[in-house]
Amino acid sequence: MVTTEVVILGLLLVHASRSEDTQHAILQEKVALFTRLKLTDLCLFPEARYTRHLSQADLHSAFQDHPLSLEHFPSGSFTEPPNNLRKSVHEGLD
Amino acid sequence: MRAWIEKQQYLIDFTLSSLIRRKVKNVSLLALYTLIVFILASVMFFTHSIKKEASVILHGSPEIIVQKVRAGRHELFPIRQIEQMKTIRGVASVEGRLWGYYFDPDVGANYTLLVPGTGSESATHNDAPAPIVVVEDDEHTESADRSAEPLYRVNLETLKPGTMVIGEGIARLRHAGTGDLLAFRAFDGTSVSLRIADTFSSKSELVSSDLMVVTETDFRRLFGLPVDVVTDVVLTVNNPREVPTVATKITKILPDARPITREELLRTYDSIFNWRSGMMLVLLSAAVLAFVIFAWDKASGLSAAEKWEIGVLKAIGWETADIIQMKFWEGTVVSLTAFFTGVILAYLHVFLLSSVVFELALKGWSTLYPQFQLTPSVNAAQLTTLFFLTVVPYITATIVPIWRAATLDPDTAMRRVGD
Repeated sequence: MVTTEVVILGLLLVHASRSEDTQHAILQEKVALFTRLKLTDLCLFPEARYTRHLSQADLHSAFQDHPLSLEHFPSGSFTEPPNNLRKSVHEGLD
Repeated sequence: MRAWIEKQQYLIDFTLSSLIRRKVKNVSLLALYTLIVFILASVMFFTHSIKKEASVILHGSPEIIVQKVRAGRHELFPIRQIEQMKTIRGVASVEGRLWGYYFDPDVGANYTLLVPGTGSESATHNDAPAPIVVVEDDEHTESADRSAEPLYRVNLETLKPGTMVIGEGIARLRHAGTGDLLAFRAFDGTSVSLRIADTFSSKSELVSSDLMVVTETDFRRLFGLPVDVVTDVVLTVNNPREVPTVATKITKILPDARPITREELLRTYDSIFNWRSGMMLVLLSAAVLAFVIFAWDKASGLSAAEKWEIGVLKAIGWETADIIQMKFWEGTVVSLTAFFTGVILAYLHVFLLSSVVFELALKGWSTLYPQFQLTPSVNAAQLTTLFFLTVVPYITATIVPIWRAATLDPDTAMRRVGD
């Protein structure tokens, strides 16, 4: 049983290695498209504008509805705020 | 040496028959253990692959993006201020971007609208079309040939007003294809119809699923944008090491502007799905806690039946070392079976089934979710980490109580006293 699984895992690792070669060209095309359109973010969480473009989110996106509207989109639970938001570029608000 | 190997073979045979005798208990134990390995491995494979793919793709993003900020919110950028940034030493080109969001109430989805090159002035503006050039090296030439189908066929430079190129996600959601007309509600309530000139290939969904590439005319018409503003500005810098300096100079020239560098984009996506962040921590904590309880249960002692079995074995001549070896093999067989099964299932789940278990959580409230397959990326470091997180603690947890039981007097163990 364990031997069979080791063989299967070995085959999957071979598959991973071969897939990486196959995917290389597609990945380069994605990079070219990204560069051509001057894109900034991956399309991972299209549910809100500040989760769709995480890196472009403004300082108060999470409170977009009203000052006491806390961040409420599910993807906000998975991701951390963009690093550039942690740099203080404005008066401390808290 | 040969005698030792034969002895271990006999011990493993006995261990397996002992495990089969307690089928129900061991199968349920194996299932729980496999599930924990599966969750941990899936999270590990998914985050590693997405980070790796993001780091490659994001290297194609602009070096510096400059946003206008007013009252802490994103503001439209006046084109006249682009001239001020051209004066900064080291800046190769400055170009405005036009992009924004359109909420489609029919399907409840946000689309990202984008103009491919705004035509606004740039220091070294090149009017020649920028075709997609696939960078190849000798090692990957063969694989590049296999990917003959382009991501899109229409030249974005020659996109005509009234037409657009859309992502596969939008096409899927609106059940539309090349040649179809889609109607959009403009800022003034009028209807704007755009014909689909082409769709981005499904292979690029991770970057283009919700994209709508339109002409500048249509973009300004849809959102009522005056001709003297753009959404934000992108800069190219001659020397990449000067990027932080240029960013600092931008904030001096335009105090209400906010520069975002490529490094910051990369760091943002490097910390995405950070193990310390919200829900991920909760999910992993639950899995790890279940495993700790499980290991503790094993460590807290043997059942009376197991002690009795050990007593019988000692009575017929087994030594303490033999029993510890037998139980070591028992733990090894269970944990290795669970480990390999969990890892194999996690691989299939993440790389062949597009992380279907995570999809509901990742999807959140979005109706338009990209269907993407990550490039399989598994390395020895990941498997080793996983091994030490799951297998080693389990085997350690089983050995301690076995040693305590194995040193019991056979008579005491068989009488089921001394618990």
